[in-house]
This record gives sequence, structure tokens and C-alpha cells, in this order.
Amino acid sequence: MMDTLMNILTLCFEFFKTGLFAVGGGLATLPFLSEMADKYPWFTHEQLADMIAVSESTPGPIGVNMATYVGFRVCGIPGSVLATLSLVLPSLIIIVIVAKMMNKYMSNKYVQWAFSGLRPAVTGLIAAAGWSVVELALLDLTDFNIARFWEAINIPAVIIFAVVLFLAQFKKTKKLHPIVFIGACAVLGILLKL
Amino acid sequence: MEQNNKKESRGRLLAQLFVSFAKIGVMTFGGGLAMLPMLERELVESKKWVTTQEILDYYAVGQCTPGIIAVNTATFVGYKKSKVLGSVVATLGMVFPSLVIISVIAAVLSNFADIPAVQHAFAGIRIAVCALIASAVIKLAKSNVKNLTQIIIAVAAFIIIAVFGASPVVVVIASAIAGLLLGKFGKKEAAEK
Repeated sequence: MMDTLMNILTLCFEFFKTGLFAVGGGLATLPFLSEMADKYPWFTHEQLADMIAVSESTPGPIGVNMATYVGFRVCGIPGSVLATLSLVLPSLIIIVIVAKMMNKYMSNKYVQWAFSGLRPAVTGLIAAAGWSVVELALLDLTDFNIARFWEAINIPAVIIFAVVLFLAQFKKTKKLHPIVFIGACAVLGILLKL
Repeated sequence: MEQNNKKESRGRLLAQLFVSFAKIGVMTFGGGLAMLPMLERELVESKKWVTTQEILDYYAVGQCTPGIIAVNTATFVGYKKSKVLGSVVATLGMVFPSLVIISVIAAVLSNFADIPAVQHAFAGIRIAVCALIASAVIKLAKSNVKNLTQIIIAVAAFIIIAVFGASPVVVVIASAIAGLLLGKFGKKEAAEK
């Protein structure tokens, strides 16, 4: 009982923190979730990658979907509700304050300076979070040997990765919904027994 | 009597806020800029609560304040229509569909996750996720990482997290301070985005 309560409190705290510090929306929550996978036994990096896929193929903002999913894994429906509410609480408070002084906030030079540093850093943060998925999906580091590093590379996976990345950037196909890529790769995974 | 009418119409407005944002929550995949057309259709054309320009302003602020942009936009519109209570109701409406859908999926997935075919499918899906994240990073880098200072900040952030395993909170705070210092003391070019 006490354990569950502590778990829920930690969960709320972690998602409140994520909601407070994840600036820029979308995948900005990813670095924080990645950190949670390291710190807590709630979910592994593999499950996190699965969660991203589930979030990308279901409606709603990714951050909210992630909070719900993680919360549910930790302690069922109450967990999913509490994690989601904790995630949106900081921005709810902040936006209500900002809405009162909208124009002043955006034109403030200190705010602009701070964001000139934040924007490139957030890009690096998301790249780092992506790297932890790369280690999982494209590399096999179980008995990694630097002298034969190429053996760690999962070649079919890297080829599929390159093709999807190209299609996601290519003018004619980049408008395709992410669910198309996710679905296609799921089928490939089953066919090739990845 | 008038008091009662006022109460009733506010109640109706709050209900409408909840339903409208729940609708938007159901129909957007992935969030972010992808949901702009949905917001316009529901909030500007159908309900006439805000103008397109206002939505774009909310987006700009949403991008620069903590939290999820879609949720921040809901909070903004809710506040504009009905102050604090409106912002709470709109936000809850926005997250409600995900809460239901994802809870169902999570419940189903934990039972199915042991089937080999599902595991193979997710091994494939993880590759797609890698590529989608890489693609998002490329897009972000194109608009946010252009000059040398920005490259240094982005690479430093990557190394601090990927190599040293520090908390992202540290990077967010440090980069905001770096931006402030560059703006105050640095060359002009560095501070401009």
C-alpha cells in the first residue's frame, strides 16, 4: 500500500517536472521519458520506443499519450489519469499567467535571449533521446567488441532505417502520415522476423 | 432570474469548450503543427471563438513556454472564453480522448506483448520510430541550428545527455542561461535566432 502510494507520488512528480521543463512540444518530452527509463523500473527503453510508436499511431498530442501510457503501466487507470494531469498542470498554470500578459511576454528581450539558447539545445536533447532508440533498434551491443564493431550493426534494420528516413524527408512522401511508416515497418518486422 | 441565465449560459459554454477540444483531441495524430487545420475548422470557422491570427500567436507562445503545444493552445482559448475555469475545462477536453484510447491500448498491449509476431512487429516499428525521430531532428536543426554558436549548444546538449547521462533539466536551464549571457554580452549575431 505504502509502496503504491510512493510510486504514484513519484510518478506525479516526474510528470510534473516533465510538463514544467519540456519546452517546444512534440518530442520535447522524450528526453525526460528516456531519463525515467534509466531511473525507475517502470518501463525499459524498448517499451519507451514501443510507446512512441503507439503514440504516433493514435490520436492526441504525443506527450499526453506518453503520460497516459506510462501511468497505466505503473498503476492502471488511476496512474494514467494522475500522470496526465501532472503533465498538463504546470503549463496550465503558466499559460493562464501568460495569457494575462501575452504581448509583453513575447517581446521581452530577456525571454527572447533565453529562447535563442534553448532552441538549439532542445534539438540536441531530442537527438540524444533518439540515439538511445538507435542503440536499441539498429545496433546489438550485447557482446560488443571494438575490433569487430561492424558485427554489432543490424544491417537489415539500418537499410530499413535509411529508406524510411529518406521517405520522411523526400518532398513527395514526407506528407505521409507517420502511421504509414509505422504500419509498413511492423509488417516488415513480422515478415523478416527482425 | 438574470443571474440564473448567466450561470446557465456559462455552463453551456464550458460544455462546448470541453466537447470542441475533445473533438480536436480525437482527430489529431501526432499533435504540433499537424493539428492547425483542425483547430481552424473547429475554433475559427465553426465556433468563431478566435481568429486564425490568434491561433498562430498562441502557437508561437506555446512553442516558447513549457508543456505540450496542443494543450497550451487549449488552455489559451479556454482562458479567453471563460477565464480560469474555461482554461481548465478546455485542457481536460483536449486530453480526455487520449486518456481513454491509450488506457485501452495499454491494457490490451500488456497482454499481447509476449506473442512472437507482436515482438517482431515492434522490432520493425522501432526502426520506423528511429527514422521518424531522426527526421524530426533534421527538421528542427534546419530552423534552430544554423550558426556556429547554435551548433556548439546543440552538440554540447547531445553529448551531455548521450555520453554523460545528465538530466535534461540541467541542459534546459543551462542553455537558457547561455542564451541570456550571449544576448547580454555576446556578439549580436549569436543572440539572433
